[in-house]
Amino acid sequence: MTTMAEPPAPAKQRSTSPRARTLRRAIRHGGLIFGGAVLAVIVFVAIFAPWISPHDPYAQNLPNRLIDPFWGAKTDPAHLLGTDQLGRDYLSRIFHGARISLLIGFTTMIVSGLIGTAMGVAAGYFGGRVDDIVNFAIVTRLSMPVILVALAVVAVAGSSLTVVMAVLGCLLWDRFAVVMRAATRQVRDLEYVAAAQALGMSTWRIVASEILPNVGGALIVVATLEMAHAILLEAALSFLGLGVQPPTPSLGLMVSEGRQVMFFKPWLITIPGAALFLLVLSINLLGDGLRDVTSPEGRG
Amino acid sequence: MLGFLARRLALAVLVAFTVSAVSFVLLRASGDIALAIAGESATEADIAAIRVQYGLDRPLVVQYFEWLTNALQGDLGRSIFFNTPVMELIAERLPVTVGVGALALLFAIALSVPLGVAAAMRPNSIVDHLAMWLAVIGQAMPSFWFALLLVLTLGVWWRLLPISGTGTFQHYIMPAIALGYYATPAIMRLTRAGMIEVLQSDYIRTARAKGLRSGRILFKHALRNAVIPVVALAAVQFGFMLSGSIVIESIFALPGVGHLAWISLQRSDFTVVQGIVLMLALIYICLAVLADLFNAWLDPRIRVA
Amino acid sequence: MTDTLLKVEDLRVSIPLDNGTLNAVRGISFDVRRGETLCIVGESGCGKSLTSLAVMGLLPKRAKRTATTLAFDGDEIGNLPERRMARLRGDRMAMIFQEPMTSLNPAYTIGDQLEEMFLAHRSDGRRAARARALDLLQKVGITGAERRMGQYPHQLSGGLRQRVMIAMALMCGPDLIIADEPTTALDVTIQAQILHLLIELKREIGLSLVLITHDLGVVARVADRVAVMYAGEIVETGTAQEIFANPQHPYTRGLLDCVPAPGMTKPGEPLGTIPGVVPSLIGELTECAFRERCPLAHDACRRPIPLYPVGPGREVRCVLADRDERTGERRATA
Repeated sequence: MTTMAEPPAPAKQRSTSPRARTLRRAIRHGGLIFGGAVLAVIVFVAIFAPWISPHDPYAQNLPNRLIDPFWGAKTDPAHLLGTDQLGRDYLSRIFHGARISLLIGFTTMIVSGLIGTAMGVAAGYFGGRVDDIVNFAIVTRLSMPVILVALAVVAVAGSSLTVVMAVLGCLLWDRFAVVMRAATRQVRDLEYVAAAQALGMSTWRIVASEILPNVGGALIVVATLEMAHAILLEAALSFLGLGVQPPTPSLGLMVSEGRQVMFFKPWLITIPGAALFLLVLSINLLGDGLRDVTSPEGRG
Repeated sequence: MLGFLARRLALAVLVAFTVSAVSFVLLRASGDIALAIAGESATEADIAAIRVQYGLDRPLVVQYFEWLTNALQGDLGRSIFFNTPVMELIAERLPVTVGVGALALLFAIALSVPLGVAAAMRPNSIVDHLAMWLAVIGQAMPSFWFALLLVLTLGVWWRLLPISGTGTFQHYIMPAIALGYYATPAIMRLTRAGMIEVLQSDYIRTARAKGLRSGRILFKHALRNAVIPVVALAAVQFGFMLSGSIVIESIFALPGVGHLAWISLQRSDFTVVQGIVLMLALIYICLAVLADLFNAWLDPRIRVA
Repeated sequence: MTDTLLKVEDLRVSIPLDNGTLNAVRGISFDVRRGETLCIVGESGCGKSLTSLAVMGLLPKRAKRTATTLAFDGDEIGNLPERRMARLRGDRMAMIFQEPMTSLNPAYTIGDQLEEMFLAHRSDGRRAARARALDLLQKVGITGAERRMGQYPHQLSGGLRQRVMIAMALMCGPDLIIADEPTTALDVTIQAQILHLLIELKREIGLSLVLITHDLGVVARVADRVAVMYAGEIVETGTAQEIFANPQHPYTRGLLDCVPAPGMTKPGEPLGTIPGVVPSLIGELTECAFRERCPLAHDACRRPIPLYPVGPGREVRCVLADRDERTGERRATA
């Protein structure tokens, strides 16, 4: 006679290290996989755009203007997504547009990430006066109408890729600061930091070896979300004409250019807009998925 | 509570001054305004003349203090293009922007709060997944693209709403939707998270044990506590909407502050831009203070400390 | 009007989990008579809180409840729709919870929450509600009741809050109060006060009380009858005197051994412990749940053990219950 009913067949011996568990959760998370996959494709396209684009995105071909994409009426197999008002191949422009968006998003994320993380970690770790100052800076930054200020600076400094990246990088650090501050505070209060301090470790070493590795999860999540934010902002700036300048194929700029003929050739705005949407969506799904997977209790 | 108010106001004033200084410096220091005003075909002499004319040759600090003294008296300078006081220009256009912003916020709240509550009451149900998908999609949509799509679908193809101008109330609906949808994900998520947390709290269990009807429990007990953080978020989002009005107003040709900023930027009329930046910042700061106060009032633990 | 106020027969609560079904309450039966105090004793995780929630119909959504009989004052309540159940709750059966600090809504005054209880079940108006609230606040020993009515929960101490909870439970004059560890979260001195209050009230109003606790000291002070729970089952029932004087189930004996008895336990004498841990209740248990930890276990324990009656109102879930301890001979079973 058995004492207990047979337990379910023992599962394969699975490692239960935190990293393995996180990885398993990641694989099962639909949004993470979808977002990551789509983003991977877009990144691939962006990196290899000069080689895989069927045409030169800058090459104008006026006799071939406004050809429809492959689902339209007046199509041309050489131009799968049609051409714009200047006869430029849209598919190639989308590829290069993605390249620009990713470049700007990534660079801005790095710059604002460095600024914001430094401020946030300092505020979280040292507390007191430093915390007050950083908090004040954050509140001040939040009170500023970012789009307007960015536009104004670009208007004065001249609109180029570098200027846009610099401006956005210097303006979008607030989320990083807030999140890193909160994460650092959580970690700071844990015992091993106190142990390190008791051992006389220098502040720099403590931050580098105890704090940073443990706030890395939060950092990655914010970084992805801020990258998406930067991409959207740059698109808005370019749409308004004060970002990347023509003939550079920025997706926002393409929407703005397409607007002139939007009523009878709507795909000129739907395609670049959809590309932007897909890019930002995949980044957001990836970021949300990373957050869900690294801290499953904090959903929503 | 009074001490809280005093400290909050002091902070607000300090922030206002800092914002004005930072934006002032940013603007002047990021390049040569005189060059921007003069245009590309100007000569050195032209540019120098403009510099003197607008006092741009003086030290930055001096420029700032002059501007600040005037601003404190209500004088935000004069528009180069319109040749009218900036304050006047802003005043006549602010109602449109605030109106659209308020309508947008109303739309956002009306959509996201019920959705967030419904999602919280049935976690992992169809409603919940729908709400989360709406949030994800909303956050990924570029605002200008969404606005243009609205124009195409609602305005042109289905002819439901007018696509530009300000004649009637209908003229404000599409701009409000285009402006407001961006706030829906954040508000919805916060409402949902707040409600989920509140619904699991002990006092809700007590309310059920008292035999109260579930509607009463939801509205009187749960929502009352869950809504507190949403108020602060709504205020912040409204501030963002004012900032984002520049895109929407230029698409829908609404004569608001955003549109004013837009055309002033194109014409290098930086006095106007400076004034608008200050005005928007002040509005946001006031909203934040009001939100904090409202929060404190809503939570008896702060109000009756 | 029956003498048996609450009748529970074969109550079961199960909770579906990722890795199986947790059978948290595995067939509990008990009665509560009018004016009687029943204490359900057991360690954390034995299912006593879930039992009380099950009786009130307050289980979380994913939990499943079944019972052969779940009757209040003669009426079956096991199948009542939620609406009807809600009308009973607060009106005729009320509940007091363990955590006074978080069981009151921080956004509303004490008075508002007290009156709300009354107004939910009576149509006598606000003034009557307020009068009753003041009366009860005084009754539970809160001075300055008028002032307290306008205060918020965070302005009261834990002991005061629990008194408010008791007052709130009494607002509609219920026949039965279920108190789930009402004193566990309080200081010892406050504990004594609250218990004293409960005894007084019981005496005054003839209240029936089901008091859930893990503290035998509380049981000794308040209980008329006791039901000892272990691993989702009742393992022994009896009056308080019977249980303390002559515990029959090895678990009950083990529990009593763990508690120092004033006058009997010598200083320096080691307190008893019960080795082992509670078995997992996921899936079916086909033996005595206490077998692994029981000093008297033997082969006959490797099957589901029923409750053996050993006297009027006295039952023990142990195969040795029908044997006299001293002689080892079978006792006559009823």
